[in-house]
Amino acid sequence: MESTEQTRSISGSMQSPRSPSSLPYLSVSVTDPVKLGNGVQAYISYRVITKTNLPEYQGPEKIVIRRYSDFVWLRDRLFEKYKGIFIPPLPEKSAVEKFRFSAEFIEMRRAALDIFVNRIALHPELQQSEDLRTFLQADEETMDRFRFQETGIFKKPADLMQMFRDVQSKVSDAVLGKEKPVEETTAAYEKLKHYIFELENHLAEAQKHAYRLVKRHRELGQSLLDFGKAVKLFGACEGEPTGKAFSDLGTKSELLSIKLQKEAQQVLMNFEEPLKDYVRYVQSIKATIAERGTAFKQHCELAETTKLKEINLDKLMLTRSDKVGEAEIEYREIKAESEEATRRFERIVTRMEEEIVRFQEQKTEEMGVAFHQFAKGQARLANSIADAWRSLLPKLEASSTV
Amino acid sequence: MMGSENDQESKEKMKSLFLREESDPFTRSDQSNSNYRSAMSTLSDSRHPSIVVTPANSDPLFAPQSRSKPNGGSNRDSSSSSYLEPPSYADVIFSPFDDNSEINGSDDGGGSSRHSQSSDSLSRSPSSLTSDYIKITVSSPQKEQESTNSMIPGGNTYVTYQITTRTNLSEYNGSEFSVRRRFRDVVTLADRLAESYRGFCIPPRPDKSVVESQVMQKQEFVEQRRVALEKYLRRLGSHPVIRKSDELKVFLQAQGKLPLATSTDVASRMLDGAVKLPRQLFGDASSSSVEVVQPARGGGRDFLRLFKELRQSVSNDWGGVKPAVVEEDKEFLEKKEKMYDLEQQIINASQQAESLVKAQQDMGETMGELGLAFIKLTKFENEEAVFNSQRVRANDMKNLATSAVKASRFYRELNSQTVKHLDTLHDYLGLMMAVQGAFADRSSALLTVQTLLSEISSLEGRAEKLEAASAKVFGGDKSRIKKIEELKETIKVTKDSKNVAIREYEQIKENNWCEVERLDRERRADFLNMMKGFVVSQVGYAEKIANVWTKVAEETSQYNRESS
Repeated sequence: MESTEQTRSISGSMQSPRSPSSLPYLSVSVTDPVKLGNGVQAYISYRVITKTNLPEYQGPEKIVIRRYSDFVWLRDRLFEKYKGIFIPPLPEKSAVEKFRFSAEFIEMRRAALDIFVNRIALHPELQQSEDLRTFLQADEETMDRFRFQETGIFKKPADLMQMFRDVQSKVSDAVLGKEKPVEETTAAYEKLKHYIFELENHLAEAQKHAYRLVKRHRELGQSLLDFGKAVKLFGACEGEPTGKAFSDLGTKSELLSIKLQKEAQQVLMNFEEPLKDYVRYVQSIKATIAERGTAFKQHCELAETTKLKEINLDKLMLTRSDKVGEAEIEYREIKAESEEATRRFERIVTRMEEEIVRFQEQKTEEMGVAFHQFAKGQARLANSIADAWRSLLPKLEASSTV
Repeated sequence: MMGSENDQESKEKMKSLFLREESDPFTRSDQSNSNYRSAMSTLSDSRHPSIVVTPANSDPLFAPQSRSKPNGGSNRDSSSSSYLEPPSYADVIFSPFDDNSEINGSDDGGGSSRHSQSSDSLSRSPSSLTSDYIKITVSSPQKEQESTNSMIPGGNTYVTYQITTRTNLSEYNGSEFSVRRRFRDVVTLADRLAESYRGFCIPPRPDKSVVESQVMQKQEFVEQRRVALEKYLRRLGSHPVIRKSDELKVFLQAQGKLPLATSTDVASRMLDGAVKLPRQLFGDASSSSVEVVQPARGGGRDFLRLFKELRQSVSNDWGGVKPAVVEEDKEFLEKKEKMYDLEQQIINASQQAESLVKAQQDMGETMGELGLAFIKLTKFENEEAVFNSQRVRANDMKNLATSAVKASRFYRELNSQTVKHLDTLHDYLGLMMAVQGAFADRSSALLTVQTLLSEISSLEGRAEKLEAASAKVFGGDKSRIKKIEELKETIKVTKDSKNVAIREYEQIKENNWCEVERLDRERRADFLNMMKGFVVSQVGYAEKIANVWTKVAEETSQYNRESS
């Protein structure tokens, strides 16, 4: 609990040095991954630092310790409460045991979690979320309690939804179609659904090749290393000037191998990971589409039930039955529910429309950044390869004209 | 990481990469154009550089082949080379897939882009720039029937190859001629050369590999063999001594049946006169300038001698202390060690070279696949676009995809260059075998000498004993005296043989030495060449690839978020 005294002043004297006084801001960073626990129980904890001038928050700066399952909790809560909004995706839960605690994997996960929280913080609706505030501010014990409730033995509908969602992304839309006999059939929505499902396929393929490209960098790096060593050995048993030339060649080769390994990591972090994130985002949208489908179904069913109740009520009224009172109450209840369901559904529709625009713009921006960084990295690599080899030429020139 | 299957696979891949080449770049004795040299010098004038390394890419995926650049004027993209010095090697490397206006068109339009110039175009030494040349091509394999009726019904079929030679060497009658030979003829040629040129580093001939011929498709096998034969004959043609040999001359020129004694005839040959046969055919009494080693007279390398030599080497062994062949020349032993070491290193380096080639190939492939995936995405987004942000993104993707595909092609071109250059390592493996052969000749010649020496000493011993015994008999022992005289005659003949054998050994030693000297020289030049070629192509293609990505970086510069 850092200095909190000055923060509550309405005049806003306690500001972050960067932002102007009137602009509300909420910035979060996920840092300092630390391995805790032992053996199978081991996990990584992160420091989550919140800087804000929003009044709902406890202070200008707050630091808490969170672990991956806390993030999952947050995502699940948001998914429950903000239907229709594309909840930012989380990096995958489990990784191959070998890599789970490798420095690169931890760093990539940290970066992904940082992006996750910041996307929420920047979203006009999501940033208002109470769950977000809890996540960013609650002490660790409280957080543990909240999280335990979610993952407790009693599976809440949200958890079932989670399970369904996890499976869903692998299930083809044919199956989904069959599970939902009542579906929206507006042309625009059909188009959107088709787009999303197709997009996932295309992106998955691109991501697959991006991942392979990372591997190729590593393999090329390794082979340059081996080649360099072999050439150096070769040079050692040859006389001058061939021997020296080979030795220089080998050294350069080894040097380039290091550059390739570095670039491999860069491509993984700045190109492949954004593509993976893109895929996850699309999967999140699919989950929202599923939600919309459910809401639509509910809206339809309730509307139908309401109608039936209405007809029934009318009938009873005509026959002046004494059940009218009961029926009327029932009818009003159902009608309220139906209206609520319709409202929910429509809110989802509205939200989705805004979300799609935001999503497309966001992705163009993020992909643009990824492409730019990838291109720069490749250019940098190629140039340093050219430089390294080129530096050998003067001496090779000199040797061969001897 | 590299299991044996992978090695095999990558060898096959390397071979197949090589096989796609239009013409064999291994002809060292080719008229060397010194393209590289002229390219280097013209680069410094910053004029239109001449083309040095052209990729002979017969990959149908990348048709059309030639896109000659119409931009005669502006050839040097100032943005492509980010430094004024040294010159951009991207300009030196011609690629038919450039559409940056970097270089001028190919030297003679699109046609020559398929024609791979000799990649090791840097002349090894000034002398090879002289007019002596011999160029051998092997082509048009044909199935033929064995005319003599063998026991196998339906007759025996075999394949013949057309062997075309172009030369200006005076030893040959004519400047261009052609014969048909079968593989058996090549074996004969190799065997005869091995006999006549003991001590020389004779390039090893292609394997007989009967098993392979049953496993592989006939066509593949024949093609592989054709390539191997061409390589072999070209190596013979580039050997300064062997290229002028009678054996090779006969092989390349004599029409009809190959007039060299086959290996089955040799066993019955007792006279060294048979060696003169090829020379007799051509009618010139004088032999070639280099003295061909004559087999020892008085029996030649007959079976009896061979038997004795075997016994000698065995007795040497059983002597326990001495090795089979007593080689006292320390320098020679050191050289042998060195050659062995060298061979090991070459093996190692060529293995790593293969895995490097594979890695480059894979990189190119994956980059291409990535590009294609993004092209599909681009199309998709454009078709489905509802928002402008989608179109912008589609455009960004297209830029990325285009460059990825270009980079992929560059990687593959680079790789075919790399294969060519690093194949020098493979070549030298073959040469190492030739060196071993030369050293073995020396050892066996020494063994002959030792055998004869020991024979002489045992004969003399016998003579002594007989003389001693005969002296005891008063008036002389007629039978013994006769025996002594016979022995003395044998001793004389054997001593003559010994002298010949010693001369032979000395000659072989001399040949060894010359060859090793030559090899050392050529090896140095060849490997420097290889390195240079390798490095130049790496530089050139790295520059091209850098350009391609720099372009994308510029096109996406609005997304630059780095705070500098």
